[in-house]
Amino acid sequence: MFKTKREPLFHLVKRIDVSKKYAWAVRIGAFLLSILVCAAISALLTDKSIGFFFKYLFNGTFGTKRTIWNLFHETAILLLVSIAVTPCFKMKFWNIGGEGQILMGALGCSVALVFMGGKSSDGATIVVSLILAFAFGIAWAVIPAFFKARWNTNETLLTLMMNYIAICLVNFFIKSVASSSTGTLTFEAGFIKPLGGNQYILFVIVAVVLTVLMWVYLKYSKHGYELTVVGESENTSRYVGINNKLVIIRTLILCGALCGLIGFLLVSGVNHSLGDATVEGRGFTGLLISWLAHFNPLAMGLTSFLFVFIDNGASQVSNYARLGASYPKVMTGIFFFFIIATEFFINYRIVFKKKKARNITDNADTISGEAQPIKEEIGIDKGYTKENITEEIVKERV
Amino acid sequence: MKCLYLAFISKVQTIYNTLLCIFNYVSIIRTQWICLVIKVGEMYINAIKMVGVTKTFGSVIANKDVNINIRKGEILAILGENGSGKTSLMNMLAGIYFPDDGKIFVNGEEAIIKSPMDAYKYKIGMIHQHFKLVDLFTAGDNIILGEEAPDFDIKAKKTFLKEERINIKNNKWKKFLIDVKIVSLPLGKLVAKLKFNWLSRDREKVVQAVADKYGFEIDLSKKIYDMSVSEKQTVEIIKVLYRGADILILDEPTAVLTPQEIEKLFVVLRGMRDNGKSIIIITHKLNEVMAISDRVSVLRKGELIATVDTKDTDEKRLTEMMVGERIELNIERTTPKNVKKRLSIHGLTCRNREGLYALNNISFSVNSGEILGIAGISGSGQRELLESIAGLQKIELGVIQYDDPKTEKIVDLRAKTPNQIKELGVRLSFVPEDRLGMGLVGNMDLTDNMMLRSYSKGHSIFLDRKSPTELAQTIVKDLEVVTPNMKTPVRRLSGGNVQKILVGREIASAPTVIMAAYPVRGLDINSSYTIYNLMNKQKENGVAVIFVGEDLDVLLALSDRIMVICSGKVSGIVDARNTTKEKLGMLMTSIPEEIEVFSEPIIEN
Repeated sequence: MFKTKREPLFHLVKRIDVSKKYAWAVRIGAFLLSILVCAAISALLTDKSIGFFFKYLFNGTFGTKRTIWNLFHETAILLLVSIAVTPCFKMKFWNIGGEGQILMGALGCSVALVFMGGKSSDGATIVVSLILAFAFGIAWAVIPAFFKARWNTNETLLTLMMNYIAICLVNFFIKSVASSSTGTLTFEAGFIKPLGGNQYILFVIVAVVLTVLMWVYLKYSKHGYELTVVGESENTSRYVGINNKLVIIRTLILCGALCGLIGFLLVSGVNHSLGDATVEGRGFTGLLISWLAHFNPLAMGLTSFLFVFIDNGASQVSNYARLGASYPKVMTGIFFFFIIATEFFINYRIVFKKKKARNITDNADTISGEAQPIKEEIGIDKGYTKENITEEIVKERV
Repeated sequence: MKCLYLAFISKVQTIYNTLLCIFNYVSIIRTQWICLVIKVGEMYINAIKMVGVTKTFGSVIANKDVNINIRKGEILAILGENGSGKTSLMNMLAGIYFPDDGKIFVNGEEAIIKSPMDAYKYKIGMIHQHFKLVDLFTAGDNIILGEEAPDFDIKAKKTFLKEERINIKNNKWKKFLIDVKIVSLPLGKLVAKLKFNWLSRDREKVVQAVADKYGFEIDLSKKIYDMSVSEKQTVEIIKVLYRGADILILDEPTAVLTPQEIEKLFVVLRGMRDNGKSIIIITHKLNEVMAISDRVSVLRKGELIATVDTKDTDEKRLTEMMVGERIELNIERTTPKNVKKRLSIHGLTCRNREGLYALNNISFSVNSGEILGIAGISGSGQRELLESIAGLQKIELGVIQYDDPKTEKIVDLRAKTPNQIKELGVRLSFVPEDRLGMGLVGNMDLTDNMMLRSYSKGHSIFLDRKSPTELAQTIVKDLEVVTPNMKTPVRRLSGGNVQKILVGREIASAPTVIMAAYPVRGLDINSSYTIYNLMNKQKENGVAVIFVGEDLDVLLALSDRIMVICSGKVSGIVDARNTTKEKLGMLMTSIPEEIEVFSEPIIEN
């Protein structure tokens, strides 16, 4: 016979009604906790104090005008990337090829810059590079979408592998245009002029506008509704007469176009160069940002800001404490760890063993409450039911 | 002196021996007597006793302070409406949930059941409503799957062998042998495991013995995917018995069976009861409760209402306990008026994914102002039939024609998508079997679900949420949908409320044809009657209603004509007013040589 008399120390109960306020409060709490842990780890592993960590964390983000602009600029890029992949995710099309799609956009822009930059007017170059960026980005997004719609292939694998093809194509292009280059191609002319003399502001404006537009698109447009239904249940969408294939391809065209735009902005607006590291892995970080914000474009603004805040701040700390380039990665890793782990506490409640357990015994149905040894031993019931009486006794004992 | 002493001793010994003899005799009688007492007592031993068991999911109380006991060798029925907490209560016995409060006693001892494994150790086995079998395995493999090897306790064996070694004297060879045995114990464990996992394939014999003991007919080498629902259920029951369960919990075992199969199952269950097993059967079918159980525990809204002996009660009283108020069990059936042909189907044939015929040459017609019931064992092609009419299924052969009541033209619905059907002006409503997987989107709220049918209206690129919100409010009000608020995702609502929303939406589009697949499956009596009344109302409004059902009593009381399908073929279309349950049951399982087709409009005097 199996003999464990111990009640488990705790058990998990799924929360059914999670209020949004509670969920966001927990998330913000997790963010603060993650910063504290970052600080504690930094202080423990180096000879610097916790104060040092906080000083340079804020110094690197809000210290000077340049760092503030940089903070918003980086946030805007990351926000744009997450905005671009969100409609796919909302449709449960796990497009993890944002990186490759942006890179292809950058490649499209670069093709125009190589062949037209300096030869024709800047305006014409910009238009052509924008069109090419769109075309390349859309192509890279539509290929997996087509395969998914036609043959139901696995979109996760396909989009992931398309990333590597994009990297190879970029390297091939760089080698064939400038055989002596060191892996990056720099351009001379044909760029967008910095808006009002500030090269950061363009990204911020585009990001804000697109975030609001995407929010409206997902929440209030028929397209947004259709793609949500397709994501929730393909059977339902078939049942109400939505053309699943059309919706998948349409959404991925949108996603590819946005990724192409980001590629264009990166090359023509900021970097003025092309390399296989132009996107700096933001395609993947953007996915996480989108997930953490639960595909809500407005919430993505906050999550991307927090991420960039920790990333930039930690770089500054590592510069001053000479901790090396991996240090910011460790810190952002801790940040993600906390935020993702939090989801567990939002969805589940831990119920601990109660110390004062109710004193209920098997012979609770003995009316007088006296112990009746023989009956207790072999557990003889009275032969007729006494559920109501039992209930009363149980209540009394409580 | 010594002699005297010896004599004394021997005398004492004889006396002692005699005494011992008498004592032994008495003790044997005593043991027998005690055995008898225990045997009598065992009949009243609580195999399971649940005291003050409470379980909550968030703010929803599934069970509150429930006290239930089941004795050895009896069948206890647990009766209750949907959402009354029957299944969650039993899941706590099966180790799927852990109670928030209260205690469970198995055979008089307190039990902590943390997992299904623990439940097996307490000899509790549960047969779930949805079978948990591996399709690709044979019945035998499924039954032995997950069985744990008997414990091979190295330490105990070692000490045993060591003691044996001490007892052996002057035999070096034997001592050496025992030494070798001690050293090779870990190897023995490995061999035992190997033997258990791969070599001892004759376990099928043991399984067969279990099946024979209880009178199950089963082919253990048959693959699960080749099996009918009732065979799968048999496999589940044998699996539980093979694991040595003494307490069996069956969660709505009859929901998927034909009347004949149900009777067979009941015979087996009675046999198991007479073998001393305790059986708990969850159901909301009253006639079955009366037929099989010894006692009934009635749950309502998570609380135990009463436990009564079946012989002291009747269906009416049980219903009262179940729903809390006296309700009329009659469905009002009116005579069809203005009967006109609305849909006619000829030679409909389609294949399922495996390339087998799901529908084979099906012909029938549906008239306005009448309810056509469709009976059949689940999976006989009901789903495919409705989906082909709705334009969701690829049709191989056949004609589907719709007589438009407005233009009086015949519209061909064959090979049209749902959108094309809508554009043709055919007002076809479809309540699919899979409510949350097809009819509604579980994660969306009421308004967004209302919008599913109407969102594409108009040319604006933005959604119109105003009229769906109004529709949602009317449905909530008219059909008494219980929802915390309008923003609650529908998957959080109970089955009955979900179905009311779905049927309400489908009726709201003023259809000329309504197809409903199992619209009352899993619904409590009150909700079921709401649905029946809605269907009757539509019929009176001149809508052609197709009602796929599983409860034959309801089909007989509700429909005007009943079409029975059996493995994709029509086995008869009968007049619902002049037929019996037994006849339907026969038609469901076999196709007669001469197929009766009743297509006259019904005129009642």
